[in-house]
Amino acid sequence: MYIQLNDEQKMLRDEVRRFADEVVKPIAKETDEKGIFPTDVIRQAGEMGLTGVAVPEEWGGAGMDVISYCIVVEEISRVCGSTGVILSVNNSLVCDPIMKFGNDEQKELFLKPLAAGEKLGCFALTEPGAGSDAAALRTTARRDGDDYVLNGNKVFITNGTHADVAIVFASVDLALGHKGITAFLVPAEIDGYSHGIHEYKLGVNGSGTTELAFEDMRIPAAFRLGEEGEGFKVAMSTLDGGRIGIASQAVGIAQGAFEEAVQYAKEREQFGKPISSFQAIQHYLADMSTELDAARLLTWKAAWTKMNRKRFTLEAAQAKLYSSEMAQRVTNLAVQIHGGYGYIREYNVERYFRDARITEIYEGTSEIQKMVIANWVLNQG
Amino acid sequence: MSELTFELNEEQQLLREEVRRFAVERIRPGTAERDKNHEFPKDIIAEMAEMGLLGMMVPEAYDGAEMDVLTYAIAVEELATVCPSVAVTMSVTNSVCCWPIQEFGSDEVKEAVLPELAAGGAIGGFGLTEPGSGSDAGSMKTVARLEGDEWVIDGEKAWITNGAYGKYFVVLARTSPGKGTQGISAIVVPSDAPGFRVGGSEEKMGLKASNTTALYFDSCRVPASYLLGEEGKGFRIAMATLDHSRVGIAAQSVGIHQRALELAVSYAKERVQFGVPIAKHQAIQFKIASMATELAAARTLTYYAASRGHSPEAGRLASQAKLYASEAANRACWEALQIHGGNGFCEDYEIARLYRDVRITTIYEGTSEMQRMVIARHLTR
Repeated sequence: MYIQLNDEQKMLRDEVRRFADEVVKPIAKETDEKGIFPTDVIRQAGEMGLTGVAVPEEWGGAGMDVISYCIVVEEISRVCGSTGVILSVNNSLVCDPIMKFGNDEQKELFLKPLAAGEKLGCFALTEPGAGSDAAALRTTARRDGDDYVLNGNKVFITNGTHADVAIVFASVDLALGHKGITAFLVPAEIDGYSHGIHEYKLGVNGSGTTELAFEDMRIPAAFRLGEEGEGFKVAMSTLDGGRIGIASQAVGIAQGAFEEAVQYAKEREQFGKPISSFQAIQHYLADMSTELDAARLLTWKAAWTKMNRKRFTLEAAQAKLYSSEMAQRVTNLAVQIHGGYGYIREYNVERYFRDARITEIYEGTSEIQKMVIANWVLNQG
Repeated sequence: MSELTFELNEEQQLLREEVRRFAVERIRPGTAERDKNHEFPKDIIAEMAEMGLLGMMVPEAYDGAEMDVLTYAIAVEELATVCPSVAVTMSVTNSVCCWPIQEFGSDEVKEAVLPELAAGGAIGGFGLTEPGSGSDAGSMKTVARLEGDEWVIDGEKAWITNGAYGKYFVVLARTSPGKGTQGISAIVVPSDAPGFRVGGSEEKMGLKASNTTALYFDSCRVPASYLLGEEGKGFRIAMATLDHSRVGIAAQSVGIHQRALELAVSYAKERVQFGVPIAKHQAIQFKIASMATELAAARTLTYYAASRGHSPEAGRLASQAKLYASEAANRACWEALQIHGGNGFCEDYEIARLYRDVRITTIYEGTSEMQRMVIARHLTR
């Protein structure tokens, strides 16, 4: 047991923190308020290797480890939850499955530009009628010669308004249930592909969330990711990794809110002294810091388990469940410590509070995480 | 430079196996009976002394096992899964008696008492709390004055674990009146010192097989060389000792939490209601998922604090671990009892005892409220 970052990881953290403070933070408020996708920030992040952190260098990535990936998402989310999830999705929901299930041609064509930040990806699983019950999706893929023809609709797709590539899940035979689900690599410029307008959301409002529609969209069979019927496995194993990203995002959002709360508590005077000298406020801060440390450790533990090629489904679900719920509690207390100012848009904590809310929902709700964990503890422990 | 790892080293894994085997084979068969009869586990403690479990961190030069804090915490955890009373008897001897003596004692006192504590079967205690001085330890009334080459102690200590069975106690007493916490000193008191007397055993809600008494000092005389550190440094020694020992209580909490989860899981799988094992019901599954997740968080925080024992943050980390682990263990026992329904309220079921035993963990060696004060002090200074 040795839980300290190595020199490379520390340098990365410092570098990303500087980038976050100098480049991402100044536009974070506007990104959120106007729902502007931070195209320029993502381009710069790509140049720094943040769009494919754990992808090997030969495939366009930064060739770092999963802990480093956690650090990147945390540090970015510490100033902007929207940018945090954009990067998390590109890294873990798009690059990861191509790395794991793609062949060399697919890696050359799709992974290289995605990891290098030249292209942006999105992950199209959810549908209007298929959220937690992903296997109930209705998008179809009909084999036609050397192609597949896809029809259907996807919703709540992060990066959807700006993605160049989508990983799309569709069924080759609805009667087969989850065994018919197949994953495809879809270039956004292909005929029959379209995306909707930016959804105006409660939080992470700059993440380009939208609907996708596929109308007789013809995809070469060579763009099928994995085998026919293997898509559900691709989706589930991808989400295991994605959960580490969202856990890191939650830790970052909470860390940002916590730092603002400590600062504010030291400066704000009431009853003739800084409110940080009152026990009620001190105890809030103590709980916040304790839960933050616990969440970060659980997240790193999941990342470490993944890095060591062990099964990490349980660890990822626990990290995601705990970190997201922690972020909700911590950002809530940060608003409370700020009092009325915490409710005003001028202060960052109201944004953190709104951004934290989604972490309990996407990439598997808290309820789905509990189902995964309970199954593990009751049946496989 | 070492790489981050969540894996225990070989010594730690071996010790866990050894303690677990001993606990299951030798301790568990009598746990319920000793609880019922308030019977102190004398024979078991003697066997543990032979195994080196009472002086785990004592240097080999004084017959100790010279293991690290994490290894010690793992031993406490394993004992607590089987019997929290045995665990606290052992942890008090190790961390609030041996530890301050080995860290701050003169060669004379170390030679006189450590080998006996570490390997001779003697157990020890820590005399800080008084009837009027709990969280506000600095307000203690017990006094000591130097007469020739002896300390003469007068006063009274309350709720002292191992009181009736301890051979040596680290006692805090005021040596310079009017100087507040700067006037307190730490002195080792053998139970056969003239003027030392033990009160009756307390009737407690839980930990009934551990021994808790008052200690009385009536012109009690001990050698001058039994002073720990310098005169007036006792309060700092006490605080450093508690920073250190809180990891042990965190580990005890983790062990209780682990057992509560095991009991809940096995009961939920066996108990049939509405025609199916209650483990099939989502409400029960989600309780188990939450217990398991909080257990992972508590254990990771505890091991992290233990592994970072020499860092400047050690005090904050120990308090965070103790705060979180004790409160999580209380929640876990509450939920585990709830899962047991009416059976859980009957003493035939182990969860009833655990529910009583766990309650003290948020109180002793610093209440949750004191942990929050310690943590907040680190955050707002």
